[in-house]
Amino acid sequence: MWSVVASLAPVVGASIWFFGPSALLVLIASCAGAICTERGIAGTRALRDGSGTITGLLLGLTLPPGIPLWMAFLGGAFGMAFGKLVFGGLGQNVFNPALLGRAFLQAAFPVALTTWPASASSWWSLRGDNFALPLMSPQVPDALTGATPLGLFKFEGQGTDLGSLLVGSTGGSLGETCGLIILLGGAYLALRGHLNWRIPASIFASVALLAGLLHLIDAEQYPGPVFMLFSGGLMLGAVYMATDMVTSPVSGLGCWVFGAGIGALVVIIRIWGGLPEGVMYSILLMNALVPFINRVTQPRVFGTNLGSSAS
Amino acid sequence: MASEQPTYEELIKGLWRENPVFIQLLGLCPALAVTNSAINALAMGAATTFVLVGSSLLVSSLRSLIPKQVRITTFIIVIATFVTVADFTLQALAPVVHKELGAFIALIVVNCLILGRQEAFASRHSQRPALADALGMSLGFSFALFLLGAIREILGSGSLFGVSLFGPDFEPWVIMILPPGGFITLGLLLGVFAWFKEHRERASQQAALDTGERRAA
Repeated sequence: MWSVVASLAPVVGASIWFFGPSALLVLIASCAGAICTERGIAGTRALRDGSGTITGLLLGLTLPPGIPLWMAFLGGAFGMAFGKLVFGGLGQNVFNPALLGRAFLQAAFPVALTTWPASASSWWSLRGDNFALPLMSPQVPDALTGATPLGLFKFEGQGTDLGSLLVGSTGGSLGETCGLIILLGGAYLALRGHLNWRIPASIFASVALLAGLLHLIDAEQYPGPVFMLFSGGLMLGAVYMATDMVTSPVSGLGCWVFGAGIGALVVIIRIWGGLPEGVMYSILLMNALVPFINRVTQPRVFGTNLGSSAS
Repeated sequence: MASEQPTYEELIKGLWRENPVFIQLLGLCPALAVTNSAINALAMGAATTFVLVGSSLLVSSLRSLIPKQVRITTFIIVIATFVTVADFTLQALAPVVHKELGAFIALIVVNCLILGRQEAFASRHSQRPALADALGMSLGFSFALFLLGAIREILGSGSLFGVSLFGPDFEPWVIMILPPGGFITLGLLLGVFAWFKEHRERASQQAALDTGERRAA
């Protein structure tokens, strides 16, 4: 699992490059939340596999840079406790703990989770009220807030050019802006065999296919497939969260079904839903279906069912 | 009959050992639905207490007259009568709370806790133990609802009984006011109670072992 942490290093580096010290602080806080909770409930032994660190890092990467640190800490603690430890620890959980932590934060503090910073005056300045006291709301002047590419498209009908989407110089959560670096990390993990390449491939394929079809029907109303692929949290979600070994299907065919379902849900939520972004809910919903996908796509055991094929 | 059992025992068992919400898992619908603030939880607890005590007394008094075949129907009619009284009283005394609780006051009729106590206890015991049982159960129910309501109100609104605790800068945890918050809080409390029970059972087992060893030695 530590190699997943290593492959996240460039993504973390990019988020610090784009969002300054705020990014580092938020990542430290969310990791501290996840690790302290795992240490407190499951003991030091549980920390050695590195999965708590991954949960903390992935959660931090889905948060906006200006979020108060106590919220990031709380999200890490909640995701670890309710997403993983109540099920019995690593390997037992139904939902991705990092996404569960984020879903909790999104439901508990909807405003703080959708306040995106505008471009900062200098690299060193904080991108929001990170140091709000625990339980207190952050004080953010309106002039400092910006929008994500998806929000701009959905609510103001404004596109974002492809170059800045690829490099990541757009507004958004810490780790969801730089698509290229995430793809490189994913390729490294796929080559090492740490993730099943079928899942991201099927997510990308189904998003591109559906978005492309809709774009062909009405290019004015529906954004093109490349914009859909590189905006929002799709890259991070597809490469690092949907591929979580514990919460994804076992068989190859199951992975294709799982990924296609996530992609379809993402397009549906983004285009017809009330929210600008739907990657988190898509992955969580498909996580819930994994046991059924596993059952349906179970391969035939060698040497069984011979009678039925003979007759 | 069991009426020889001390009445005191019937009274306190509902508070903790057989707490309707945390141990028996009865009456969970109101426990989840109306506990988004402490005052709503207490109002629900009070209304349930009135209905449970009243119908337990009446059912226990009429228990020799009720034919076995139609006992459930009779219980429901008795309960519904008291619910109607509670509904109108609450509407007259506290219209704001009544509006907040909405349909859940009328739904006390189908609260499984109340019907369960009629069937399991009031219809088989005389008035005194039936009264003690009903009081204990409804106090335990109110206590559980209050605990849920207080936790959810403190985190979800930063206040208790409408009094602000953390000042105007408090960031409310919106989820705690919503249904998921009810499920999360109830799950946590159930876990705490189960852990506590297990802990105590283990301690008493250990104590029994120790005394056994001492005797053997």
